[in-house]
Amino acid sequence: MSAPISKRGRIARWALNLFAAAVLLYLFTPIIWIVAFSFNEPAGRFNIAWQRFTLDNWRDPFSNQGLTEAFVQSLRIAVLSTSVATVLGSMIAIALSRYSFKGSGPLNFLLVLPITTPEIVLGSSLAAMFLDWDINRGFATVLIAHIMFQVSFVALTVRARVRGFDWTLEHAAQDLGAKPLRTFWKVTFPLILPGILAAALLSFALSIDDFIITLFNAGSLSTFPIYIDGSFKVRFPPQINVLATTILLASVIVMVVGLLWGQRSRRQQS
Amino acid sequence: MAKAAAIAGSTDPPQSRERRPELIGVGSLLGTGILLTAIAARWVSGVVAIGALALVAGAIVTLVMVALTGSPDTKRKLAPYGLLKPGMLWLALFYLAPLVTLFRLSLSTLPSRFAVEAEFDFNFGNFTRAFTDFGPQFTRAFIYAGIATVLTILIGYPLAYVIAFRGGRYRTLLLGIVVIPFFTSFLIRAIAWRSLLADTGQVVQLVEAFKLSGLFETLGIMNNGRILNTPAAVIGGLTYNFLPFMVLPIYVSLEKVDPRLVDAAKDLYSTSISAFRKVVLPLSIPGVFAGTLLTFIPAAGDFVNALYLGSPGTTMIGNSIQDQFLVQNDLPLASAMSFVLMAMITVFVLIYSKFFGTEDLT
Repeated sequence: MSAPISKRGRIARWALNLFAAAVLLYLFTPIIWIVAFSFNEPAGRFNIAWQRFTLDNWRDPFSNQGLTEAFVQSLRIAVLSTSVATVLGSMIAIALSRYSFKGSGPLNFLLVLPITTPEIVLGSSLAAMFLDWDINRGFATVLIAHIMFQVSFVALTVRARVRGFDWTLEHAAQDLGAKPLRTFWKVTFPLILPGILAAALLSFALSIDDFIITLFNAGSLSTFPIYIDGSFKVRFPPQINVLATTILLASVIVMVVGLLWGQRSRRQQS
Repeated sequence: MAKAAAIAGSTDPPQSRERRPELIGVGSLLGTGILLTAIAARWVSGVVAIGALALVAGAIVTLVMVALTGSPDTKRKLAPYGLLKPGMLWLALFYLAPLVTLFRLSLSTLPSRFAVEAEFDFNFGNFTRAFTDFGPQFTRAFIYAGIATVLTILIGYPLAYVIAFRGGRYRTLLLGIVVIPFFTSFLIRAIAWRSLLADTGQVVQLVEAFKLSGLFETLGIMNNGRILNTPAAVIGGLTYNFLPFMVLPIYVSLEKVDPRLVDAAKDLYSTSISAFRKVVLPLSIPGVFAGTLLTFIPAAGDFVNALYLGSPGTTMIGNSIQDQFLVQNDLPLASAMSFVLMAMITVFVLIYSKFFGTEDLT
């Protein structure tokens, strides 16, 4: 800091910091509710009024069969769609950042489009096409839909991550006699892997949480969000809060591990 | 189409040998993309469709053959197209073709009230009905999304600013804290807000405890002592839901601002406020621009917040589309409504980027 800070300036700084803290608190308000109510013993079928503290819900998170099945279905879809989308999306990202070629402008545009299209349009148009084909909507159509929006997402995320990648490393490897494929697996892939993993994790989260696009293409299939929506009108078991908290904890752990890993590799580089 | 397929079929004259691999790459990609879209959207059908499918297969086989048998140089030139192809065809088949189908259906007619199959007959009536029957829903969607976007800027900018300039070594951690709440299902978050904002909920109790009801009523946030089921609740839900989409891009653009620029401005006797206005703010406009798109577009099409936090008087166009499509089964009308929504958003994006646009959107 070059200039001394006046008293008024200091108050302004504190006010701004306080505001930021308040915003963080606001972001966590519903999360606190979700976690707290996973320890609630509901009076009726709706877990929305605080009764008393219990650990029963956590002891028995899978007691609600419909919910468990929906949750497993969501996990299966997320695993499958993320695997396919990560491969397809990373291939696009590598093609776009590694090579300069004709037609990359319009292709970039095509990639951004699905992200700037409202989900309701993505979901309804895809469902309209499946109806038009006389295809029964279910597991396969949901999978197709998820891969569709994940491909763009993975491609753009990985491309942003490999923007500063030094592609001459590949030349170096090839000058030393490595074949192109070997070069890719031994040199390029390990270096861009963190970016690919980050994109895969985020798109996994997108898939598990997707409701709007899934609703249009699910037919009678029940996923975690669809089950919550369907059951909310008749019952809201505390197991929903338990599973939601579990997802939250898992993501926090993955994030912390990622952060530590990133710090370690940065320290190794320097 | 035929031309692209012909190129893919490698019938071009030998003098263009230099550019041939690229032509095969572009032609094969474009040709298969267009053909697949056409088949999927049922522009072509029957024998023509089978012929078109054969062309698609031929183009792919040609690309693979040329790539396998070609010189290393040819291989290198074809590599990007081979890498692009699977993903791009997926997008052609499951993003572009559905949009074409949607457009065709929006101009179709259901022969009877209970028919499923709509017939294409250039029926513009669906578009007229979309405007006349659902005018208020369109208006609400854009007003709610607009207000929510402004609110996310007002709330998100200071937060991004504090993290970027005062976060120090905890910047990544703070960003993580911003994102963590969004790893729980957003339906459950909406339900949480519903419970918090309910008449007996904690928020209403707090407001009453601090005797702020009068203030909230005049601000239009409360209506007869209620917050839930008011427009304010829906807008609040949208604001909450899309806040990180505003904070992250603004943070990214603020992070690139060199703090020494601010010091330089102050050395030249600028006040803190004008240093912010003249130096930091202009440099962060790209972030605000990207954040606005990432917030406004999904917010305008959202129906979950209106469903959980609103009332029949606060339905947005997303609710109506979902209702027409999944409940009333009026596919042509729902398609027309989706199409109008998309067209309006596109117009908005074009106008908006004309004023605030930056080159590096992605």
